[in-house]
Amino acid sequence: MKNIKFLFVGILFGIILSKAEVISWYRIYEMFKFQSFHMYGVIGSAVALGVILVYFFKKGIIKTYFGTQIAIDPKKKGFARNMLGGIIFGLGWALGGACPGPMFILLGRGAVAIIIVIIGALLGALLYHAAKSKLPH
Amino acid sequence: MDFILQPWPWYVAGPLITLVMFLLFYFGKKFGVSSNLETICAIGGAGKLVDFFKFDWRKNSWNLLFIIGVVIGGFITYQWLTPSEVVAINTQTIQDLSELGFQNAGNQYLPDEIFSTEAMFSVKGFLILLVAGMLVGFGSRYAGGCTSGHGIVGLSNLELPSLLAVVGFFIGGLIMTWILLPIIF
Repeated sequence: MKNIKFLFVGILFGIILSKAEVISWYRIYEMFKFQSFHMYGVIGSAVALGVILVYFFKKGIIKTYFGTQIAIDPKKKGFARNMLGGIIFGLGWALGGACPGPMFILLGRGAVAIIIVIIGALLGALLYHAAKSKLPH
Repeated sequence: MDFILQPWPWYVAGPLITLVMFLLFYFGKKFGVSSNLETICAIGGAGKLVDFFKFDWRKNSWNLLFIIGVVIGGFITYQWLTPSEVVAINTQTIQDLSELGFQNAGNQYLPDEIFSTEAMFSVKGFLILLVAGMLVGFGSRYAGGCTSGHGIVGLSNLELPSLLAVVGFFIGGLIMTWILLPIIF
């Protein structure tokens, strides 16, 4: 049960995104219409502070709970995988108004229709791995 | 208490998301939501169809607990922390949506035109929900991350692949919002 702490971190994350309205379809639409700073502010400030945080972790100034220095596995390189995957993701994000985290938050809020989106996302992940040998990376 | 019940501004939410990333790093893990999609597929027996899913999902059980927490967090916020579901979106956004046929935009978190039971059980509505999910699931695993793994962690780590992915997120999002949504609705 040493992993139970992650349940609480998840609860915190669910509350934050819910309270910041990041889970609202309208906020995503508004962001892509450039009609509000809200979403840019949320992501931008998280990343700006994140850059400092990661720097401190990588320099070993902040250590993990276990007293070790973290190693962040770099994301896979490749123009096609990141750009094409990103574009496909973006199309779905703007259509359904939800990325993976918010899908599960909306489920917790009792939004029944999100179940179909989640099933779609699982199918999408399955399809990718079935088709990946034929895709450019 | 009143502050908690109001919608949280970006300068509160953004730093708190960094806190979530900090807590996961501190406990030796890396923030990333969309890999749970693969874990859930693996638990569901997708290994019978595609070999990739034969991995031992137990090593990701911390992340599954995280995502269960996310569901609970949504429930807690809905039950006790959201007295009003009105989303204060831009009046121009409301007008743009009304031209697309969206009534009362911003009166609740989700538009009835996509998420109501009525929409869900229509052929078009069902397909919109399913395809939106499929694009997100396919795209996030193709790119190797979503808004959390690429958008927050990858950019914070100043990684070029994540910058490419985030640019992709925006290209896709802009195509959908400006070109495809007016065709679909």
